[in-house]
Amino acid sequence: MSEVLLSVDAVTMQFGGVTALDNVSLHINKGEILGLIGPNGAGKTTCFNVITGVYAPTKGFVSFDNKSLLGLKRYQITKRGIARTFQNIRLFPDMSAVENVMVGIDAHSKTSVVGAVLGIPRSKREERESRERAHELLKFIGIDEYAEVAARNLPYGHQRRLEIARALGTNPQLLCLDEPAAGFNPAEKQELNELILKIRAQGYTVLLIEHDMNVVMKISDRIAVLDFGKKIAEGLPEEMRNNPDVIAAYLGVPDDAA
Amino acid sequence: MRDWLIYRTFWDLTVSGVALGLIYALVALGYTMVYGVLRLINFAHSEIFMVGTFGVLISLTQVFGINLFEDGEYPYRSGIVLVLILLGSTVAAMVVSGAGAVVLERTAYRPLRGAGDTFGAVVLAFLTGLIASFLFTDSMMTNLMIAAVITGPLAVVYVRIFRKGRQAPRLAFLISAIGASMAMAEAVATWGPDERVVYKTPRVLEKKVLFNFFGADVRIDYVIVAFGAILMMTALLLFVNRTRLGRGIRAVAQDAETARILGVNVNSVILVTFLLGGAMAGGAAMMFTLVYDQTRFNIGFLLGVKSFTAAVLGGIGNIKGALLGGIVLGLAENYGSSIFGGQWKDVIAFIVLLVVLMFRPTGILGESLGKARV
Repeated sequence: MSEVLLSVDAVTMQFGGVTALDNVSLHINKGEILGLIGPNGAGKTTCFNVITGVYAPTKGFVSFDNKSLLGLKRYQITKRGIARTFQNIRLFPDMSAVENVMVGIDAHSKTSVVGAVLGIPRSKREERESRERAHELLKFIGIDEYAEVAARNLPYGHQRRLEIARALGTNPQLLCLDEPAAGFNPAEKQELNELILKIRAQGYTVLLIEHDMNVVMKISDRIAVLDFGKKIAEGLPEEMRNNPDVIAAYLGVPDDAA
Repeated sequence: MRDWLIYRTFWDLTVSGVALGLIYALVALGYTMVYGVLRLINFAHSEIFMVGTFGVLISLTQVFGINLFEDGEYPYRSGIVLVLILLGSTVAAMVVSGAGAVVLERTAYRPLRGAGDTFGAVVLAFLTGLIASFLFTDSMMTNLMIAAVITGPLAVVYVRIFRKGRQAPRLAFLISAIGASMAMAEAVATWGPDERVVYKTPRVLEKKVLFNFFGADVRIDYVIVAFGAILMMTALLLFVNRTRLGRGIRAVAQDAETARILGVNVNSVILVTFLLGGAMAGGAAMMFTLVYDQTRFNIGFLLGVKSFTAAVLGGIGNIKGALLGGIVLGLAENYGSSIFGGQWKDVIAFIVLLVVLMFRPTGILGESLGKARV
C-alpha cells in the first residue's frame, strides 16, 4: 500500500446558497498521477482552490503529508510543497522566462532581506544557483532556448510549459495542474502527456484537472470524477471509461431514460 | 519688456532646469515604485523628503558641529573633509528618509491591508495617547508618560480593529496618506525649535563655477546633483533588474496575487519598496539643501506635488519615466518662468500636470514598474 500524500476529507464548500462541493473525499498517493475530471461547473476548480488554500472549506479537512492545511496562507501552502499552475495563464508577462522561474525559486532562498540589500556573498551565490536551477528546469521542460524572451512574447504552448517550470521551481512534492491542455491541438496534447509522465518519473506527485478525457485517460493512474459538486466515481481509467454514471454525467442522461 | 529667451539665458535655464528636474526625478521614484507594487499614490512621500532635509540639517549642525556662519563667513570646507561631510549628510538623509518611509508603511498602510500586524497598532496607539494627552498638559515628559501608559490597552483595541484579513477600501489608503502627510509636517512645525520659519542649512560647499556650457555657468553643486542623481538611479535600476528582491518587486508589480501564491513574501517586498523610495527621497533631500541651503516644515508639499507630476508625466510606475518626467518638468518650469515671469513657475508645473492627465493619462513612456529593464 503506497503512502498517502494529500487527503481531502468530506469537504463541503458553500458560496452563499450554492453548494460547489458536497462532502467530497479524495486522496493522492505519493508518486501517482491523479486525474480529477468532470463536466463544466462540476466543482473541479473549486476542489483545486480548496487544496491550494484559495478557499477555506465550509466543512471538512484537508491534510498534506499528515499535517492539516486548513488556515494556512497560500504562500505557506506553497512552502509546504504544493505548487500549482493556472487555468488562465498567469505568468509575469514582462519578465523573461528564466526570471519567471526564478521568482518561484527565490521564495525558498535563505538570505534575509538585509543580506540581499547589502549584497553579501551568500546572496550572490544564491543568485547564481537560482539562475542555474531555473535554466535546468527550462531545459527539463524543453524551452531553454527561450530563456531570455519575455513571457508575453512566448508562443502559447510555451507559456503553459513555462507555468509548469515555474511551479516546479518552488520545489514541490505535489504539482497541481489546472487544465494544462486547454487550447492545445492533439500533437501538443501528446507532448504534454509525455512531459507529465517525465515529471512524475522525477518523483513528483501530480494532481491533474482536465476537461479532455483523452489526456486524463492516457496518463492518470487513478481518476476521480466530480459532477454537480459530488464525487460520483473513483478508480482506474478503464473502470471510469465504462462506468455508467460517468458516461451519463458527460453525455447527459436522456429524459426518457428514467 | 521681460527678458525674452535670449541665447545665454536659454543655456543657463537649461542647466538649472536639469538639476532641478533630477531632484524631482529622485523624489518621483518613490511615488512611482510604491504605485507599482501597491497601486497607491503615497501622498505622504513629500514628507519623507522633508524629514530627509532635516536629516541633513541635523547631521551638519549637530553631528559635524558646523555653524551657519563662522566669523560672518560661510563655513566652507574643502578637500577630504568636504567629501566626508557631503557623504555623511547624504547617508544621514537617506537613513532618516528610509526609516521614515518604513515606519510610514507599517503604521499608515499595512494595518489597512489586513496583514494582522501589531507594530502599526502599537505605534498608532502611542501616537493617539500622546496627542490626547496634550488636551490636559503641555509638559512633554508628562505627555510621554501618559502615552506610554495608554499604549498597552489601546494597542489591544487597535490590533482588533486591524485584524488579519480585514482589508480597508481603496479610499481609506488615500485618506491615511493625506493624514500621515499632514501629521508629519505639523509635527515638525510644532516641535521644531524654530517652528514654522525657514531653517538655513550651513553652506559647506563653496559654489564655484566649474566650467562654461554654451556660455552658461555650470556650478559645482549642479554637477554634484547630476552625478549623484544618475548614480542613485543606476544603482536602483541595477537593484530592481539584477537582484532577488528586485525581481520580487517586479513580480509583485506585475501580478501580486500570483507572486504571493509562488511564495513571495509580499509584505516584505512592499517594505523594501518603501525603503528604496525613501532612500531616493533622502538623496534628493541632500541635493536640495546643497543647492538651496534651506528647508522648512512644508518644504515637501510643493516639491512633492511637482515630483508626483513628474512621475505621472513620465508614466507612473515607470522608473525611467520618472527620470524623463522630472527633467521635462524642470526644464518646462524654467523656460516657462523666463517667458511668462518667475511668478508663473508653479502655475506652469500644474498646467503640465493638467495637460498630461487630459491628453495622455498614462504618461510619456506609459505605466508599469514590472517593465523596468536596463
